[in-house]
Amino acid sequence: MAEPLVQARGLTKRFGDFVAVDAVDFDIAKGEAFGFLGPNGAGKTSTMKMITTVSPITEGKLRVFGLDPDAQGRQIRQHLGVVPQEDNLDLELTVSENLYVYGRYHDMHRADIKARIVDLLEFAQLTDRADSPVEPLSGGMKRRLTIARALINDPDLVILDEPTTGLDPQARHLLWDRLYRLKKEGATLIITTHYMDEAEQLCDRLVVMDKGKIVAEGSPRQLIAQYAPREVVELRFSEELMDAMASKLDWLEGNTEILADRVIVYTDDAEETQHQLTERDIHPEQVLVRRSSLEDVFLKLTGRRLID
Amino acid sequence: MTSLTRSWRWVESEAIGYRRVWRGTVISSFVNPVLFLSAMGLGLGTLVDSSTDDLGIPYLTFVATGLMAATAMQTSAGEGAFPVMAGIKWRKGFHGAITTPLSPTDIVRGMMIWGSIRLTFVLTVFALVSVAFGALDLGPALLAVPPAVLTGLAFQATVTAFTVTRENEVSLSTLFRFGIIPLFLFSGTFFPISQLPDGLQVVAFFTPLFHGVELVRKIAVPGADASIVTPLPIWVNVVYLVAMAAAGIVLGSRWLDRRLKP
Repeated sequence: MAEPLVQARGLTKRFGDFVAVDAVDFDIAKGEAFGFLGPNGAGKTSTMKMITTVSPITEGKLRVFGLDPDAQGRQIRQHLGVVPQEDNLDLELTVSENLYVYGRYHDMHRADIKARIVDLLEFAQLTDRADSPVEPLSGGMKRRLTIARALINDPDLVILDEPTTGLDPQARHLLWDRLYRLKKEGATLIITTHYMDEAEQLCDRLVVMDKGKIVAEGSPRQLIAQYAPREVVELRFSEELMDAMASKLDWLEGNTEILADRVIVYTDDAEETQHQLTERDIHPEQVLVRRSSLEDVFLKLTGRRLID
Repeated sequence: MTSLTRSWRWVESEAIGYRRVWRGTVISSFVNPVLFLSAMGLGLGTLVDSSTDDLGIPYLTFVATGLMAATAMQTSAGEGAFPVMAGIKWRKGFHGAITTPLSPTDIVRGMMIWGSIRLTFVLTVFALVSVAFGALDLGPALLAVPPAVLTGLAFQATVTAFTVTRENEVSLSTLFRFGIIPLFLFSGTFFPISQLPDGLQVVAFFTPLFHGVELVRKIAVPGADASIVTPLPIWVNVVYLVAMAAAGIVLGSRWLDRRLKP
């Protein structure tokens, strides 16, 4: 196997006593779309910042393009494209000027930058906004511009930290479409997200992080197969019945999750489960059967506690 | 790319943004000295000159030279405060730039270069307005620009170092209220520090704007007598300001690195 583009061994990040990233190992291969999935505070962004060379490593080993981020940060950054969680576009500049100055930061020649801007604006569907100030752009347009800016230096690795958080569904789908195109063109992507659909759409392989640790690793399909039975039956009962449900469902042997408003049953055969419910004289007000998703894996692995 | 080249790339981006707002700043660089020199120089100056000839030079000349240094301080303190807080916190531009080959040190140096270029322009306008008011001849007025720029750089650098350690804008307004404004008033800008009580004279002697004001006057008003400048050798003023600028740049870079790369 070729040397991985990014390799972490026992990678750890501490802030005082708080362990943000707790001895994680991973390898990211060239051409791969690799996801970091996890709730807020799981350590995804801290991991990204170490890869981006903007946060020193506390312990362990990290190599990006075979280089050491602490010692060879600038060399690494020359070949990175970074899309931060929060847009940090220069509001005093126009759309194309935002791209231009990043090209200059990357030591590109003016003529090369100008040619690249034409392509990137088209890619980001912002050609007609080239000379517009950034301020009045919609959230989705700003996001696309931030992605275009990250691509100005034709990076070997693109890091996207929660690329679609806060966008409306149309804007998200358009962005996914762009990222998918990028992937098709052979770019290596690292994506952090807490949206399961995003990870399922874009990632070839992903790790689930929780409290600084990697709790699962695999392709979306593998993870679903491993951690969530094939189907999910969601049952809704009237309020009075909900309280008694826990004891009535113990024959399902823990393949249930009892929430405030519904019960979730994981099963390999939804029809059979429904049949068994009827046999036991359990009649929910509403039944929803669906395929299990990465979201179920996520909730199963990281729990349902509230995280801010 | 050398570090200096990277800093120039930052200057370039500042200049591109400036193309859109330059008109407004040109007007304020012109209006500011006109207002001050009318009120302080002509208005107050008539009163001062008629009651004393202790200064040996017209009060208008005295205050114009003091204001060059004081304007440099105010302009540059602002440059060291608000764009820096914006880059760290309000708009987070610094966080983006450091994911490119630029480092926090490159950014700090770039900001100093850009601040000095802008300040040279502001002070040249100030010098020309002083000439128009009859406060200074053209030669001395232009000679006053470089020492005033050095004064500004010393302030921009140290205020930058201060700002990168601050959480929010509250401490910036505190800095201006309790730092910059008292310096503006009591560093010999409007009256020689020999007018201050003895204890305060010693304090004023150690403050940075005093050295800026002295340096500008020693260069722009050659042969000025002891009533308006102290006998302190000129190199002491220069060393003070250079050391202040250097300390600000070094610490500002180090602390910005720590702030942006936790």
